[in-house]
Amino acid sequence: MKKGSCRVPKDLNTLILVLVLVGFGLVMVFSTSSYKANQLFGNKAYWLIRQSIWAVLGTTVMVLISGFDYRKLKMLPELMTFGYIGMSFLLILTLLIGSVTKGSKRWLSIGPVSFQPSELSKLVLILFLARYLAVHEKQMKTTKGIFTALFLTIPVIGPVGIENASTSIILLAIAGMMIFVSSPWYKRFFVMIFLGIGAVVVIIGSRAYRLERLVIWMDPEHHPKGHQTMQGLYAIGSGGLFGKGLGKSMQKLGFLPEPQNDMIFSIICEELGLLGALGVILLFLLLLYQFIRIGMESMDLFGTLIAAGVAAHLGIQIFINIAVVTNTIPNTGIPLPFISYGGSSLFFLLVEIGFVLSVARHNKAG
Amino acid sequence: MGKSKTYHRKKCLFLFCFLCLLLLILMGRLIDLMIFQADHYSKLATDLHQRERSIKAARGIVYDRNGVKLASNSQVCTISVIHSQIKDPDSIVKLLAEKLNLGEEDIRNKVEKVSSREKIKSNVPKETGDEIRLAHLDGVKVDEDYKRYYPYDDLASKVLGFCGSDNQGIVGLEVTYDEVLSGQPGKILTLTDYKGIEIENAPEERVEPIDGKSLYLSIDVNLQQYAMQAAKKVMKQKEAKSVSIILMNPQNGEIYAMVDLPEYNLNDPFTLNQKTDLKKQDALNQMWRNSCINDTYEPGSTFKIITAAAGLSEGVVGLSDQFSCPGYRIIEDRKIRCHKVGGHGTETFKEGVMNSCNPVFMDVGARLGAKNTYKYWRKLGLFEKTGIDVPGEANSIMHPIKEIKAVELATMSFGQSFQITPLQLLRAASAVVNGGKLVTPHFGIKSVDENTGEETVFPWTEKSGAVSKETSDIMKDVLEAVVSEGTGKNAKIEGYRIGGKTATSQKLPRSAHKYISSFLGFAPADNPIIMGLVLINEPTGIYYGGTIAAPVLKEIFENVLPYMGVKESYVETP
Repeated sequence: MKKGSCRVPKDLNTLILVLVLVGFGLVMVFSTSSYKANQLFGNKAYWLIRQSIWAVLGTTVMVLISGFDYRKLKMLPELMTFGYIGMSFLLILTLLIGSVTKGSKRWLSIGPVSFQPSELSKLVLILFLARYLAVHEKQMKTTKGIFTALFLTIPVIGPVGIENASTSIILLAIAGMMIFVSSPWYKRFFVMIFLGIGAVVVIIGSRAYRLERLVIWMDPEHHPKGHQTMQGLYAIGSGGLFGKGLGKSMQKLGFLPEPQNDMIFSIICEELGLLGALGVILLFLLLLYQFIRIGMESMDLFGTLIAAGVAAHLGIQIFINIAVVTNTIPNTGIPLPFISYGGSSLFFLLVEIGFVLSVARHNKAG
Repeated sequence: MGKSKTYHRKKCLFLFCFLCLLLLILMGRLIDLMIFQADHYSKLATDLHQRERSIKAARGIVYDRNGVKLASNSQVCTISVIHSQIKDPDSIVKLLAEKLNLGEEDIRNKVEKVSSREKIKSNVPKETGDEIRLAHLDGVKVDEDYKRYYPYDDLASKVLGFCGSDNQGIVGLEVTYDEVLSGQPGKILTLTDYKGIEIENAPEERVEPIDGKSLYLSIDVNLQQYAMQAAKKVMKQKEAKSVSIILMNPQNGEIYAMVDLPEYNLNDPFTLNQKTDLKKQDALNQMWRNSCINDTYEPGSTFKIITAAAGLSEGVVGLSDQFSCPGYRIIEDRKIRCHKVGGHGTETFKEGVMNSCNPVFMDVGARLGAKNTYKYWRKLGLFEKTGIDVPGEANSIMHPIKEIKAVELATMSFGQSFQITPLQLLRAASAVVNGGKLVTPHFGIKSVDENTGEETVFPWTEKSGAVSKETSDIMKDVLEAVVSEGTGKNAKIEGYRIGGKTATSQKLPRSAHKYISSFLGFAPADNPIIMGLVLINEPTGIYYGGTIAAPVLKEIFENVLPYMGVKESYVETP
């Protein structure tokens, strides 16, 4: 009785929110991709079908994981360590043999399925770091402990950062936020934030094309490579208060390249207007609130940190994506969680949420 | 293994607040973009999405003075294919090849070309376009279009001119009044995708075209046709190189007819009407050239009208002054002949004009002197372009006043050693017989906006005082006598009072023995409402203006005067 009916409603809110977002994402993927899909493949649902498969698969795995007691992971330190090291190797492997898309080696193909290991690395980092921080909770009161924890993220963040700066920034932010939650200190983290910004500058400065993006960001209207940014802004600016109506975007008709991908939020703005866009952000905020609530209600620090880590991941990724689309920060390719087309991104996000739901289900059992 | 402590929960809350803050910043940014910068970006976006398709404005109709259409528009179609909408390319190729008489290969290339819109053929007759439209083949567009059409083919071709493929005037009045006639094209703004392919069912913005205004000319189709027929007849009879006829109202400069044979077909202006050694474009320019306006010539004896008027005005000669003609005058070291070898003997000034006696005019010229001669020439507009509303007008070629010696003065007095355009002569002669008004010859009378009915009458300047009223009256008398009793008697029409003057100008070089025979006449002689000039260029056989040019104008006047309502005045004929 206590295990069943009492707790199911609690994560039901979260579950419904997640399903609403996934469903909305599918609608938007169809809306944004159908025109090009019809032109290229003669099938309007080409991308929708692919995304749907991943959504169903991800949701199933999420529900399965939510039933699994996450605390069992704590009891398997070897597995955790092995998984973490394995992740690091997988990322290095990707750098060596990955397939090149748009100039970056980010994809690994296993048979017909190709996925981005960096998407998996977020989940692995959250789980590994949550366990490590929970175990070494007391050391988080010392600067040395904090830096040790940070140091431990290098095997994952390092290889990711070589090809994919934006994901490594997200990983760094997740790690920083999780360490922040695990430590009683506040002031020291301001120092850490500065260090983090320094690290970001180093990452950005390490490649010429990233510097160019800064120049584009300052004045996309007159930069020859500001095309994509401007197309996004055209979409956003032409949405107005109520939008043109679902499916009525002009910018998705080839003006905005790959509108179903990273720039999908601009089409949401165009079709659903300011109110729709703010509504989507509010949905995200509600979900973040659910994660934080689950984390705060968890008696177990491991669970709290998993929830906080996933919240950090979701929050920072939403921020970067929308900030890029609105040209608030320089351009970098980050998908919008739940909504942008991309199988591995959606799948691993749902797996992460499965763990959060597991925390919600098991959080008070002690 | 750690339990969550209170500070962990506080940290969670802090993290949430931090993430909220980040997303709130974005919300602010969105409000900024979508409300305060919305106009800027949506305008840019609209510019990007809209494609303009222009709708041709119908070019204004050109009417003659009685409302007969001289230039109008025929409806034609432009056939094009839209690649993205084509469903059955084979049927399209077959149909278009059959209807448009084009090679299947060409059409297939266009049908299969990946482009937003491919034009197959323009200026397709409307019936053909309708047939293609009725076949209802997806992806075939039939757009209505206008093409300039001239109902009278070659009538007044040198005056009207024609239009290019975009309905813009190329030569003639079509150029001068291009702005009046062309109107403003409308446009259809359609939404297109990035390739420019129109989006089906997208709302269209339409700006309707404003059709060109109608233009009313002073030309009278009937007069033009009379003149044309007469010109053709004499050109054939005399195997002349060209024949030009101008009919003008000497009171106000309205031109009733202007013929410059050979004319060309305005509906087919790029086909040469004669064999020629010139390059195609030069030959075309030659064909389109209006020699009444674009070319100068030595006017010869018709110019004696000017000399006589100047002499009378200046008071250096009177009608009854006595002159003697031995058949020549020795001027300095040169013997300048009269056309009558034996001479006219003793004659009055009036008889001298009637006889077209060169020595009489040499004397008058000498009495006037260069300065006074040029004074009257200037008053009669011979140093300026007439200001006619047809492009490309030529100006006169005159001796500088310092170089005019006795010989020049003598030849100038009977219309040689300088060049003017036929129209300049007609304008000056008009001033002589209309009481001294220097008119501006013109075709354009008014433009009418067919939508609003608004009329714009074109203003044409007149300058009075070129010669005095008295001189003008005397000149009318004298010139009437030329026709009734003198060299112009071949232009005499029973019952009508007609004035005029003949001329036979020898073309340069004199040794070639080529002539321009001409006759300038007007009626009624006491109050002229029409003045005509006939020029026969290089006639074969008899080349005297009085013999061959005067009958041409007579024939025209015989038709025209009753048509214009001029009553016979039953002047006694001796």
